[in-house]
Order: sequence, then structure tokens, then C-alpha cells
Amino acid sequence: MTALLQVKDLQVRVEEREILHGLSLTVNKGEVHAIMGPNGSGKSTLSHVIAGKPGYEVTGGEILFNGEDLLAMAPDQRSAKGVFLAFQYPVEIPGVATMTFLRTALNAQRKARGESEFSTPDFLKKVRSVAASLNIPQDMLRRGVNVGFSGGEKKRNEILQMALFEPSLCILDEMDSGLDIDALRVAADGVNALRSPDRAMVVITHYQRLLNYIVPDVVHVMSKGRVVKSGGKELALELEASGYAQFEDAA
Amino acid sequence: MNVALTRAEAKSETGHAPSDAFAVARARLPGTAEVAAARQQAFDAYQRAGLPHRRMEDWKYTDLRMLMREVLPLAAAPDATALARAGAALKLHAIEGARRLVLVDGVFAPTLSELADPEQGLGIRTLREVLETGDAALHVQLPVPDNSDAMVALNSAMMTDGLVIEVADGAALTRPLHVVHIAGGATPAAMFTRSMLRLGDAASATLVESYIAAEGAKAYQVHDSLLLGIGDGARLDHVRLVEDGREAFNISSSVVRLGAKAHFNTFGMTSGSHVSRYQAVIAFAGEDSRVETNGVNLLNGRQHADSTLFLDHAVPNCASREIFRAVVDDRGHSVFQGRIIVRPKAQKTDAKMMTRALLLSDEAEADNKPELEIFADDVTCGHGATTGALDDSLLFYLRARGLSEKQAQALLIQAFVGEAIEQIASDALRELAISAAERWLAARG
Repeated sequence: MTALLQVKDLQVRVEEREILHGLSLTVNKGEVHAIMGPNGSGKSTLSHVIAGKPGYEVTGGEILFNGEDLLAMAPDQRSAKGVFLAFQYPVEIPGVATMTFLRTALNAQRKARGESEFSTPDFLKKVRSVAASLNIPQDMLRRGVNVGFSGGEKKRNEILQMALFEPSLCILDEMDSGLDIDALRVAADGVNALRSPDRAMVVITHYQRLLNYIVPDVVHVMSKGRVVKSGGKELALELEASGYAQFEDAA
Repeated sequence: MNVALTRAEAKSETGHAPSDAFAVARARLPGTAEVAAARQQAFDAYQRAGLPHRRMEDWKYTDLRMLMREVLPLAAAPDATALARAGAALKLHAIEGARRLVLVDGVFAPTLSELADPEQGLGIRTLREVLETGDAALHVQLPVPDNSDAMVALNSAMMTDGLVIEVADGAALTRPLHVVHIAGGATPAAMFTRSMLRLGDAASATLVESYIAAEGAKAYQVHDSLLLGIGDGARLDHVRLVEDGREAFNISSSVVRLGAKAHFNTFGMTSGSHVSRYQAVIAFAGEDSRVETNGVNLLNGRQHADSTLFLDHAVPNCASREIFRAVVDDRGHSVFQGRIIVRPKAQKTDAKMMTRALLLSDEAEADNKPELEIFADDVTCGHGATTGALDDSLLFYLRARGLSEKQAQALLIQAFVGEAIEQIASDALRELAISAAERWLAARG
């Protein structure tokens, strides 16, 4: 097994308040990890720090991605290296056409990796085939990024990007929030189609429900800024039955 | 005695005595005796006022005594070298299929222009020709828009050349008219131009104005004015792109009058020049007419750009829309003054104005001054103004998808100004504006 992501004793502050108090996590290629935990346990903070969102101060520990110091990289460099965060709340960008955005992003990543840029016909072909597999109508691609999209459409647009950019690490931050059961199934099918021996996924969620659709190899429970328990997929079911309270005491 | 002394002091604030410049240039200024007399009157009006300054409400944010200090001497007529340099610069704003009319250093350049084979109903003359031959009908309008504004008065006194364009009733011009102002000379100088377009009833035309510089043109001044008459049922599309050199001054005024059931769509973008001011007075003279006036300022370094618009709803049942966007980086300064007056008779006026500024640095400045003066009681009027920075959450989303900081900013800036640029009806002209915006973005690095 090759460690793709190694988070070691990570300590993070936001505006003088420590959110993560020495979090450690190792994710190998080909694995799907679920991170569960109550509100305020630091799940989203972890995803933001991995993606490089400004406003978080790392006061201790490190994050290695393929052995490289991830924290030393700008968000766009992380993206080019293969880190992808599917946002809990994807933003709306009026005036930027989805196609323009996808193309600019894809070519920026390829350029940063020293790869040639996609030609227009190749790019269009690729987007169309991926969009079709996710039931994303062409009309959605012509609109501004996420503008007027429903919750389900926004999440599908995230998965579309994931399929297009082919990252080696996908972090899905509360992918199930705001989705009804049908939308959840479509999104989960899209994610499952991307499972591969070369790609790892970190699925962040409150609820076990999502894990019926995206079955994890490893489940971690977070509480108060630490991973307090790790186990197999049965741990998620255990949590569903007994709740988070037992772990809050442990932390 | 005391008063006289104060006035003398006030005058000395304007810096170099422009009366010398006028006296020296006078012999070179075209026109009949009647024109010469009008020039003298206009110059006297300018002399009394001097360069506009911040204590004058209309010029509050653009103090020319501070920013410009002096009016440069009249530019020499372009020689072969200047014309060659100007010719080479034309490609920056090339428009496929347009009829190009070029003014180099304020003088019409026939060799760079296209006067042959005018379309049916199109008449083009130079201002010089009209002033010298004495077209009585035009003389009434040409020299006297409103010399109460000092810069218009100065332009009235000094105007050397320009285009006088007439479009006959019912004529629909398919080729855009493209007036290109180029600074070609290497010595600092001022050019004074005035153009006029009269669009007959039910006629339609597209007018593009470009302000660019030949390579090597340094500190020069553009003093331009434009008179537009739009006949009943006529439509004029107007695009104005200021991409002057970064040491240049551009002081331009427009006076627009619309007949009934007329339509005027105008878009202006300033991404060049050091200091610029564009002042437009648009008056509705006939009912059921519509004006869309949109603009963009893209500024960085120490650029200063002022757009001052005055919409005069004098008659009932007219509509106006103003969309203005400013993007200001470094120590740039953008000014937007939008005044809408709805006169007592102008019932059922529908006037809206929205201006938004995006500040990219802590030292950037944007002044928005919307003013509504409503004297009629059955109208729909509104205005809004916002100023802010780029949204961090949008920037992070784009960067998380692989865009560099500059790329992410560029995409959001393009989207921000896009709403104004989209209002340009013609695809080719929209592309021209977009490419000018892209040049500005590319220059940011």
C-alpha cells in the first residue's frame, strides 16, 4: 500500500480558537475513507485545510501528499497535483459560463503539470460524455457556474468536475447535504464510477445514509478536533445505532 | 480693485497662460471669418473659467488644475513619419467590414481612411472642409454646443478637424463607421477635434470611436467633442473605446439629442490614458424613445478616469438604462457621476441606473455619484451603487480548481464587466471590447 495522504498531528486555529488538536490520518491509494462526527468536530476544517482555503492557521503537524509537503503549496498547485475538494456548498459564479470555467480549470491544471492543453473539440467531446453519464443536460453547461442550479445539480456539477479533472484524491465534504434520496443516488453512482486503484476518496458526512451508497473501506470518528476511533464499515452502523455521545466523552 | 486682484490670482492657478497658445495657433485654425469670431467668443468663455477644478460640483473628483495643470500647444499637422506610425497602430482596433475614418494628431488622414463608394444616403465631410467652405446650416450647430463648460468652450475655440457625417432619412448603414483618433507625433502636444453625426428619420447606423496611440507617442492631450442628432424612429449604436497611451490625457464631451421613437445604445470603455474625462449630455426631445448607456472603467497604476453622464428626460414616455462597472487596481481612481433629470412634463418616464465598482487594492478609489432629480409624479426611476472587493469564496473555489490567483481574478473581473459589455448589440464590437479588456488584464501579469 502506498500512502497517498498522510496527516500527522495536525493542529489548526481559526481566529485564535484551536479547531484541530493533533489530528492524524493516513489514506492509501485505492481506499475510500469516511469521516464521521457531530457538528463542530472539525470535519470541514480538515477538508478546507487540505484544499488550502485561506483563514486557517496551521500551528503544528504536517500534511504529506505523495510524500510532498502539501501545506507549502498554493491551492491551485494542490489541485494540479491531484487534490480535489467537492464543496459542501458549491458557489454560484454569475457571468462565468460553466464551459469556460471547466476549460480554463482543466487547462490550468494540465499546464501546471507540463501537459499539453486540450484542443476545443477534444475538450467538448470529453465534457459531453462525462455530462451524459451524470444526467447533466447541455443547457446546464451553458449557464453561469452553478447559477440557478438546484442543490442536486450543484453536487452533480462537482462530480462532473471530479470526473473531468481525474484527481488522485477526492474529498467529498457533506456531499449528501441538501439532497433528496434520488439526487443522492445519482451523485453516489457518479462517485462510485470514479473509484479506482489509483484514486483515494475521503467522504465527510454526518449520516450513515450516504455510506449505504458509497461503501467505505475505513471509517473514522472525529470528535473535538481529533480522530477518536477508526474501524471498518461496520463502525458506521454502530454509530447510527448508538450516536456520537460515547465518543464525545472519550475525547 | 480687490476683486480684480483675486481674479488675477485665480487665473494664475491654471498654470501656463493658454491665451498664448490660442494666439499662436489662431493662424492655423480653419474657418471663415464667422467661425473665427465664434472661436474668439468661445476662447473668452474658456479664459474666464480656466481649467475646471474641484470646487466646481461637476468637476469635484476630477480637478484638471491638479491633474492636467496646462493645456499643451496645438499639435503640428502629421508628417509622413507620424502617418506611417499611425498606420501601423491601426491594427489594434481593426474592425472587419467597418468604414475607417482616421484622425492623426487631430487632422483627418485621407490615406488611412476610406471615403470612396459611400453607401446610399451617407455623406461624409471633414470638419475643416465644413468650417472653411461655410455651410450656414451647420455653422449654427457646430461651434456652439454649450460653451458654459470650460473644456467644451476650449474645444470650440481650438477645434481643427473631425468628421461631419450625415445619414439620410430611411438609410440603414450596414457598415459601421469607425472614427479612429491616433496620436502619432513623438512630441507632447494637444489635439482638438469635433465630429458630428446626423441620423435622419428612420435611419440606422453604428458609430465606433477609438482612441489609441502610435508607438512612441508620449504625453499628449486629446480634446474631443461629438454632436449626435438622432432622428425620429432612428437607431444609433455607439461604441467608444479609450485605449490611449498611459501618459495621455483624454477630455471628451458628447451632446446627444434624440427625436421621437428613437433608440440610442451607447457603450464606453476606458482602459487607457493617464487621466480621462468623458462627459455626455443626452436629451430626449421626442416621445417613446429609449437610451441604453453602459460603461466600463479598467484602471491601474495611477490612472484616473471620470465618466459623467447627464440624461435629460424632457418629454413623456421615454426609457433610459445605465449600467456602469469600474475595476480599479493599485492607486487608480474611477469616477462615475450619473445625473438623471425628469422634467415636469416627462410623465411615464422609466429611468434606471446601476453602478458597481470593484476595488482590487487598498489604495484604489471609486467615487459613485448617482443623482435623480424628478419633477414629474408618474414615473419609475431607480438607481443603485455598490463598491466592494472580489469575493474570497469565489476566488478560493476557482483556485481549488487549479486557477492561479491572477487567472481567478481575471475570470471574475471579466464576469463583472461582462454585464455592461453584453449590452453591445454587435458581436464583432463586443469582441473588440472584450479584447481591449483582455489586454488590460494581461498587462496586470
